[in-house]
Amino acid sequence: MKISLNWLRDWVDTGDDVPALAHALTMAGLEIEGIAAAGPSLPGVVVGEVKSVTKHPDAEKLNVCVVSTGAEDFQIVCGAPNVRVGMKAPLATIGAKLPNGTEIKRAKLRGVESFGMLCSARELGINEEASGLYDLPADLKPGQDLVGALGLDDTIFEVNLTPNRGDAMSVQGVAREVAAARGKLLHPPAIEPVVATITDTFPVRIETAKSADAPVGCYKFVGRVIRGIRPNVPSPFWMQERLRRAGLRPISAVVDITNYVMLELGAPMHAYDRAKLASGINVRFAKPNEKLKLLDGREIELTPDVLVIADERSILGLAGVMGGEDSGIADGTVDVFFECAFFDPNDVAGRGRRYGLITDASQRFERGVDPELQERAIERATQLLLSSAGGKAGPLVVTRASRAFPAPAPIRLRHARVEHVLGAKIDASIVQSLLERLGMVVSGSAGQWQVTPPTWRFDVRIEEDLIEEVARLHGFENIPEAAEIGAHEPSPWTETHIRNERASDLLVDRGYQEAINYAFTDQAYQVALCPEPAVALSNAISAELAVMRVSLWPGLLAALGSNQRRQQPRVRLFEVGRRYSKDAETEVIAGVATGAVLPEQWGAEARKVDFFDIKADVEALIGLTGAAEEFRFVAESHPALHPGQSARIYRGERPVGWLGAVHPEHSKRLDLTYPVFVFELETAAGLAAVIPEFEEISRYPAIRRDIAAIVDEGLPVEAVRAVVQQSAGNLLKRLTVLSVYQGQQLQKGKKSIALGLQLQDTSRTLTDNEADALVAQVVEQLGRQLNATLRDQ
Amino acid sequence: MTDTVLDLPALVEASRAEIAASDSLDDLEQIRVRLLGKKGSVTELLKSLGAMDPEARRTAGAKINEAKQTLTSALDARRGQLDAAKLAAQLASDAVDVTLPGRGQTIGGLHPVTRVRRRIEQIFRNAGFTIADGPEIEDDWHNFGALNIPENHPARAMHDTFYFPDGRLLRTHTSPVQVRSMEQQKPPIRVIAPGRVYRNDSDMTHTPMFHQVEGLVVDEGITFANLKAVLHNFMRELFEKDVKMRLRPSYFPFTEPSAEVDISCVSCGGSGCRVCKQTGWVEVSGCGVVHPNVLKAVNIDPERYTGYAFGMGIDRLTMLRYNVNDIRLYFENDLRFLKQFA
Repeated sequence: MKISLNWLRDWVDTGDDVPALAHALTMAGLEIEGIAAAGPSLPGVVVGEVKSVTKHPDAEKLNVCVVSTGAEDFQIVCGAPNVRVGMKAPLATIGAKLPNGTEIKRAKLRGVESFGMLCSARELGINEEASGLYDLPADLKPGQDLVGALGLDDTIFEVNLTPNRGDAMSVQGVAREVAAARGKLLHPPAIEPVVATITDTFPVRIETAKSADAPVGCYKFVGRVIRGIRPNVPSPFWMQERLRRAGLRPISAVVDITNYVMLELGAPMHAYDRAKLASGINVRFAKPNEKLKLLDGREIELTPDVLVIADERSILGLAGVMGGEDSGIADGTVDVFFECAFFDPNDVAGRGRRYGLITDASQRFERGVDPELQERAIERATQLLLSSAGGKAGPLVVTRASRAFPAPAPIRLRHARVEHVLGAKIDASIVQSLLERLGMVVSGSAGQWQVTPPTWRFDVRIEEDLIEEVARLHGFENIPEAAEIGAHEPSPWTETHIRNERASDLLVDRGYQEAINYAFTDQAYQVALCPEPAVALSNAISAELAVMRVSLWPGLLAALGSNQRRQQPRVRLFEVGRRYSKDAETEVIAGVATGAVLPEQWGAEARKVDFFDIKADVEALIGLTGAAEEFRFVAESHPALHPGQSARIYRGERPVGWLGAVHPEHSKRLDLTYPVFVFELETAAGLAAVIPEFEEISRYPAIRRDIAAIVDEGLPVEAVRAVVQQSAGNLLKRLTVLSVYQGQQLQKGKKSIALGLQLQDTSRTLTDNEADALVAQVVEQLGRQLNATLRDQ
Repeated sequence: MTDTVLDLPALVEASRAEIAASDSLDDLEQIRVRLLGKKGSVTELLKSLGAMDPEARRTAGAKINEAKQTLTSALDARRGQLDAAKLAAQLASDAVDVTLPGRGQTIGGLHPVTRVRRRIEQIFRNAGFTIADGPEIEDDWHNFGALNIPENHPARAMHDTFYFPDGRLLRTHTSPVQVRSMEQQKPPIRVIAPGRVYRNDSDMTHTPMFHQVEGLVVDEGITFANLKAVLHNFMRELFEKDVKMRLRPSYFPFTEPSAEVDISCVSCGGSGCRVCKQTGWVEVSGCGVVHPNVLKAVNIDPERYTGYAFGMGIDRLTMLRYNVNDIRLYFENDLRFLKQFA
């Protein structure tokens, strides 16, 4: 909300300079988030009065004018269409510098000398109006400095109001805060009731609250008929300026006045063209499926919790949100019906937003408008309208609902509770006086006050609300910092799960860079890689961010691709985050890698990363658990992966992840340099850790035996290992795959797997004979179960 | 025989010269064998002693043994010299250019937001907090209702919520973890909850996903003054500077009193710069005393227990910590950016 400092100072004068006042408001909870000058400084620009206008002898569109500053007359050549004798307009004299950089010099225009320039509002940087000269109020004195004459030496505060403070959405409201924060008195403008000079009224019925528990919606509707105003009159210049400084565009006297009163007092108003109202006005809730056409042409369907203003024929407006076009003020309106109603915040809140309508009125009503304000607002508007557009006022008519809006109830406040919650000592007398500054009525004694908030404070209902008011006026900076008393329980710190920090550090140490991707992605892009159903957002920001990710791969591959396009041929990225299905969020750790296995360097083999490099990274991760033997890599296919280089990772019988090369078709389609490797591992199941248990270290020597088994080339090494392990039993301490060979020395379709067996007993020295017997047993089982033969034997 | 013994000094003299001139261990060994080996000349002399009469044998024996000793020492000394020379040559040939870079894998790095999140977690863990967690796809109750933000509340308009067709939503803040923590445990509660949050907002200074950390303490006798102390200590720890802190009154439906937390600008120290928009202060957190309605919603007696809560943008703190000037860089995953934080 923008507020003019000059306007504010009419209400309360604290003597503070601009920064001090801004600070005081900010520290009271009305954050001043911007301070701006109301207008440009315009040295050399004065009020000019046009004395004469004659056609330029040589130019169709130019006039030669004589412009007076009172003391002096200047010949000015001017091309504006609206120049006329008697007009007051800004005159930039020789030497003046305009905000757009123009410097005013003596000039000759088509042979006629010009001693300055008459200006439009845009040329002066006041507003965007550029259609003609800035038509100044007739009562300005020629020669007067323009900035002073227009009151442009004003400051605009941008106030960032919190949603609980509807009461502060006006000059009056901010002024009340200033007065309370600085301990000053308010000087509101005098608003005398206007005596009716005609008897015209207009019937209003509040047709809500038909039963005792039905919502009332509208508690009060204050109306007044004003007849015979001068049509199409603009509002006074000073009012237009104030509206502009608040960010509103001046329209006409009637509309401007309703806006002005809203800005000044905080009560939204509406003005109807009396001639366009047929029967009386009804305030009621919408009927089911009732429709309303909005100003922008949209038709909306209302629900029965939406409060409307209607006449017999149709809905005139959404109560507390906006009025309708058909019944509003138009060119030629002479008879006006003013409305200022009080709507229950509960029956307005959210309704406008539901239809995409957030208006000045709805923002105030849904936060709460003072229910005692409406009469004053209508009187103020009447006073302003009669003085600027004439007319005769009818009597002010107040229509009330069958039930009255509840007056603020007294709230119990305990002094001890104030100090208990805040952790600060604040004298009871100070507490009481702070509350009274805010318009609260305080009775009783400090042990147990009864505090009645003013009618405009909808946000003060319970004891804590009062404590907050005390705290903010007392000043948060005056509350000490105090350490908590009492012992803290130790935080749990399990050893049965590998923390993400450890897993991440491991990948970092192996050359991976951590990435963070959005949790939502593009539907078509993702589904091609990972076809499982994705949860779609109802109101996505764009198609690229429309569905929740089902895997971290789409994001990581996109990041990998964009890095490759930025001349980064070697990319290793990982991310820890969740993937989402309809029923679950599963945290995973995932990685992608492409390019050289090692960064470019001297003296090391330059080769591309392959499946087993990445598998080693995954094995290192699962090795952290201390239970690597629980994991298996099983050749399974995945739509994103190369069918021959793809493994599903199992822990026991439970699938916990994937590892593989991205399918070359995907790499091609996504413009990635082939090959790219990816992995993903669930953290909960994949990184559950085993607490190590000590095992006796054997004091006896180990015996090493190597064998080379020839098997069918399609047989996984894992099958060979399993047979060896099972047939060797407990004495086998370590089993290492030494090499895998396929080639000319072997029969076609066969491969040779060389294994190193380390054999050891914990209770005695193993003899060579025993070792040989054990190996023979292993070889026999390999032959029997896998049809394996030994190489070189 | 006696003549030969009498020739001994000449033999010793000649052999010593030969030993001194030998330039390899092999040469030296050959000399040794020639003199002292089984059939060496000195050994042969010793063997010849048996044929002498006792008197001559004693005299000659002493001389021969003396000669043997002399030669043995000369051989040992020369062997020592040659060993040392050999080692020196070996070492010289083993020398490397120590300025060449090391070989092998180089390390990657953590995301800057992770770096700061870890600091935050560690600092609060040291202060007795436990790390809590909750779902990112939330229900309306935990994200809004239980936090005293009923439907139609104007505060909802400020949240720009992402919704799903079934009415669930992406959490707009980490505050629902407050509620879940209080549902799961009874006071005393001391938790922080870092995580991803989502708002339907994307421009120069907003990303639709960002990170927050929530803090919640509920116990008997917890005060606003405690909140101030915890936050101020945290800010000093995080930035490793004696930052000033101020609380400005604000509004959150789930705390009361509520405050925005400003710290003196960590970039300029409070004198005014681009980071703090010349104000000397930067906003880093929202906080307050837990609203009694929030405690009641989870069946905690607000008369007996009080609490405080706070929320901070981790991405924002990261910008301040590392002087990052564009929040959108966090999610572009450009290696040229990420590698700056290794």
